[in-house]
Amino acid sequence: MTEGLTADGAANGSWNMTDFVSPETMVQMIPSGIKLGLAPDGAGSCPAMIRLLIERGIRDLHVVCTPIGGMQIDMLIGAGAVAVLETSAISLGETGGAPCFARAIRNGELRMLDGTCPAVFAGLTAAAKGVPFMPIRGIIGSDLLKNRPDWKVTANPFDESEKIVVVSAIQPDISLIHAPEADRFGNVRLGRRREIMLLAHASKKTFVTVERISETSLLDDEKLAAGVLPAMYVSAVAEYRNAAWPTGLYTEYDLDAREVENYARAARSPEGFRAYMTGTRSAA
Amino acid sequence: MMLECTNRELLIYTISRLLAGARHVAVGMSSPMPAAGAMLRRALNKKQGREDVQVSILGSIRHNSFTGGSEELFECAAQGRIDAFFLGGGQIDGKGNVNLVGAGGYPNSEVRWPGSYGSAYLYFLVPRVILFREEHSPRVLVDQVDFISAPGVSEKGVYRRGGPHALLTSAALFSFQRDVGRFRLESVHPGRSAHEIREMTGFSFDNDGCEVQTPGPDAATLALMRNQIRTELAETYPQFAASLPEAA
Repeated sequence: MTEGLTADGAANGSWNMTDFVSPETMVQMIPSGIKLGLAPDGAGSCPAMIRLLIERGIRDLHVVCTPIGGMQIDMLIGAGAVAVLETSAISLGETGGAPCFARAIRNGELRMLDGTCPAVFAGLTAAAKGVPFMPIRGIIGSDLLKNRPDWKVTANPFDESEKIVVVSAIQPDISLIHAPEADRFGNVRLGRRREIMLLAHASKKTFVTVERISETSLLDDEKLAAGVLPAMYVSAVAEYRNAAWPTGLYTEYDLDAREVENYARAARSPEGFRAYMTGTRSAA
Repeated sequence: MMLECTNRELLIYTISRLLAGARHVAVGMSSPMPAAGAMLRRALNKKQGREDVQVSILGSIRHNSFTGGSEELFECAAQGRIDAFFLGGGQIDGKGNVNLVGAGGYPNSEVRWPGSYGSAYLYFLVPRVILFREEHSPRVLVDQVDFISAPGVSEKGVYRRGGPHALLTSAALFSFQRDVGRFRLESVHPGRSAHEIREMTGFSFDNDGCEVQTPGPDAATLALMRNQIRTELAETYPQFAASLPEAA
């Protein structure tokens, strides 16, 4: 709990469970070796924080993408910070393939847990509901199954003639997302991005950077409330304007396609990647 | 009569024909031509006084009414609420298997592609999956994929009400015959011959002497594409929309 905010929380008649910190402090709260949940580019991605994590030298992460990843994941891989990657896809969208990801796969530098989008959601849903697994359609006959010890084919307990896939719960230790707005009580507005809501419900802790902090509660407006992640899921908030650059933030600002192209070109070689990371600054 | 149109306009028009009768068409990320084809189907139906078409374009705000996050598409599909969807693939083989993962070994693939996305699920559940890949070559259309992201057909006892419906490339249109698990050449695009298609395809297929030419759009449809569709597409795909011909 940070100075100055406790009083407001008390005045509001509620216990403030969310820490308000600086981005630099938030980075210190994310240790190496954890299972880290991240958003797709443009829908909650926070490349400015990823840069701070890389500068701090974070290592051995098990990264969970919800359900795909982009430039921010590629940067983490390029920096050698990812030991296990659990995702349905990694790409730079219109710009093309993710260069550090492709290189790391070729060189066997990370353990890959290839998935499919709805299986990631099923695993997160299981964690959010506090159950060990979730059944899911499809997948049988896909080579994905051969490489996923955490997925199994089983019989439908209510109809033994039917085979069905079950996937283990996915519970990130920490999820790190960027959102348009939080209020002074720790509630975070996500709008329609309910997959980010699911990620937060599934994770032990969620850290959020935001464009701005509202003085009034986001839950006071019934029109907004259903799109708000309540403070009880939010462990820490940091105000960090423009932190989604260059990947963009849904309904706030667009992808900077030219910058992503610059990155893609530079990151074709390990030397180019390092030069990009030291020679360019986050616009945040 | 046939008008002069670009190859991409022919593909967009062909996609709209393949979507005839669909009530809800969903389009995944990074798919500008399927998005344009779906928008054209919607516009043509409206013009012809036919059924409304729900178009859900992932990545769009205006042409996407999902409020349940990106998992809602998959829930919709499992309930039978989506009639048509599109898949690409680094490799597609003659049995309809698609590979979106990589070539040359797994997991340390020599060439790695983004990953399977929702293919391993939607291929089972969406009745009309249109395989779309502009490049028509033996390295893409292979005899056997290196990695099966999603299988073309399934054995008995596996819940499956969806699968491949057609395969469209910049050179030809195939249908998929689920009973025999093989593609059938339906038409060849203008400027190509069946002989060339055989040379350019790494798997064997039925009707390989096909002499049908893929029909192009009439003047009114082409005008619709160059005005309304181009404008609608620009919200999600500004660069691609700008590359399409504009109405004179």
